[in-house]
Amino acid sequence: MHTNTRILANKFEYLDPKSLSEALNILDEYQKKNIKILAGGTDLLVKMKTIELNIDYLLYIKEIAELNFINTSNGLSIGATIPFSHIIKEDKIKTEYTALYEAIQAIAAPAIRNMGTVAGNIGNASPAADTVPALIVFDAQVLIESKQSKRTLFLKDLFLGPGKTVLRNDELITRIEVPEVKPNTGSAFIKKSRVKADLAKINLAVAVQRKGQNCENCKIAFGSVAATVVRAENTEKLLEGKALTEELISKAAQGVADEIKPIDDIRSTAEYRIAMSREMLQDALSLAWARTYSEAKPNLKGGGE
Amino acid sequence: MDNKINIKVNINGDDYSLEVEPNTLLLDLLRNKLGLTGTKLACGTGECGACTVIMDGLTVNSCLVLAAEVDGKNITTIEGLSKNGELHPLQESFIEEGAVQCGFCTPGMILSSKALLDKNPNPTDEEIKIAISGNLCRCTGYKKILKAIRSAAQKMAC
Ligand SMILES: Cc1cc2nc3c(=O)[nH]c(=O)nc-3n(C[C@H](O)[C@H](O)[C@H](O)COP(=O)(O)OP(=O)(O)OC[C@H]3O[C@@H](n4cnc5c(N)ncnc54)[C@H](O)[C@@H]3O)c2cc1C
Ligand code: FES
Ligand code: FES
Repeated sequence: MHTNTRILANKFEYLDPKSLSEALNILDEYQKKNIKILAGGTDLLVKMKTIELNIDYLLYIKEIAELNFINTSNGLSIGATIPFSHIIKEDKIKTEYTALYEAIQAIAAPAIRNMGTVAGNIGNASPAADTVPALIVFDAQVLIESKQSKRTLFLKDLFLGPGKTVLRNDELITRIEVPEVKPNTGSAFIKKSRVKADLAKINLAVAVQRKGQNCENCKIAFGSVAATVVRAENTEKLLEGKALTEELISKAAQGVADEIKPIDDIRSTAEYRIAMSREMLQDALSLAWARTYSEAKPNLKGGGE
Repeated sequence: MDNKINIKVNINGDDYSLEVEPNTLLLDLLRNKLGLTGTKLACGTGECGACTVIMDGLTVNSCLVLAAEVDGKNITTIEGLSKNGELHPLQESFIEEGAVQCGFCTPGMILSSKALLDKNPNPTDEEIKIAISGNLCRCTGYKKILKAIRSAAQKMAC
């Protein structure tokens, strides 16, 4: 591996379309060539400096004004190029999509959050991506466009493995759609990393919907414990229809480790991840459950830019 | 595979028309082409904040921004802070409080602080810590930096 992070040695042609149709035309024309989409560059430029990627064309999409938006009128609609720091300015993210708010706050530091995008976090397809578990527990969908076609996929169905997605070379993620949150829903995101700004050793998002005293619906997604972000569906089923008492939560935590397949890697060990998954699930479930009661509004700190 | 790109950019109040290579980083442009060596390079991978500059009001890591991307943008580097030979209150406070040792982190640290104070003139300690969380200092231990930012905020409020 050749590593020189002082310069960008790769030579490439830079393309910066100003409209979506122009971008899709370029992708259509260059799809058989070594072309890569560049958004905030916080993953891609690091990779270009540290590993041989063979990129001949970079398609810079941040000049496309029509992708730089967030709309909160019906659920959430997040444009491909809006940076994290603008997304979390929306109050609705904090109050209703709390796990997503916490996930974005957990990403690196202000400058990275000023540059990075949700679509880039998804497109990079790291199993440790922080926004992915949070978006999955809210049933997020991804709108994927090419010159020839337009399709919508559930985010959970997008990933094939580390760095691999079902996206074709001529396709672009144009926006992320998240449905309206049901009443009496609470959510939480928890991440364990070496220092705060690091990628997760393990992360977890939970969303629960309460009906009366019982859990009507529950979604649990773990990151960094398998080749892709994974849902803990058996544990979800165990909780549904029941009151989330301390005993039940602790029972769920004991079982959850069977649903993940962590490995040893540079950031952590399988053993640590399994042990932590139990503790984190208890914490996240208790927090999310408390937040289903509107009086337990999350006390969240401001973001900073 | 190569094309030259013409960009127009405002840096510290001055307009520039420049020709850049696709693989020129904003950091290279500032340091090597324009001689603005106040912006530092350390990790080159977005982790240390030594290369922090302000772009259209927001901090970015110039080691991860292509020069081509800054077409039409306003950039502030550490060289743009003093006015008519007078240091910016943040620069003054960093000196007064002893918040500078080797100085390698200082330009980035001050720009992250400036971006914060421009939006939030009276930040809490917690907000200051978040604002500089991407700026690593291996010398000072941060306490004096925090103190300097607090004292600059007070000066700027008067
Ligand atoms: C110091 C540092 C700390 C970090 N910490 C964290 C962290 O704590 N948590 C975390 O999750 N991430 C972290 N990251 C990774 C990174 O910041 C995020 O993954 C970010 O969301 C990437 O977004 P971007 O816009 O910069 O993507 P880019 O780097 O521009 O692109 C990333 C990938 O996605 C593809 N892509 C981008 N946009 C699209 C699109 N619209 N359609 C299709 N493909 C697309 C690109 O081709 C590329 O393969 C960190 C990075 C750095 C440098
Ligand atoms: S040199 Fe850019 S963040 Fe370290
Ligand atoms: S003063 Fe030396 S790194 Fe901060």
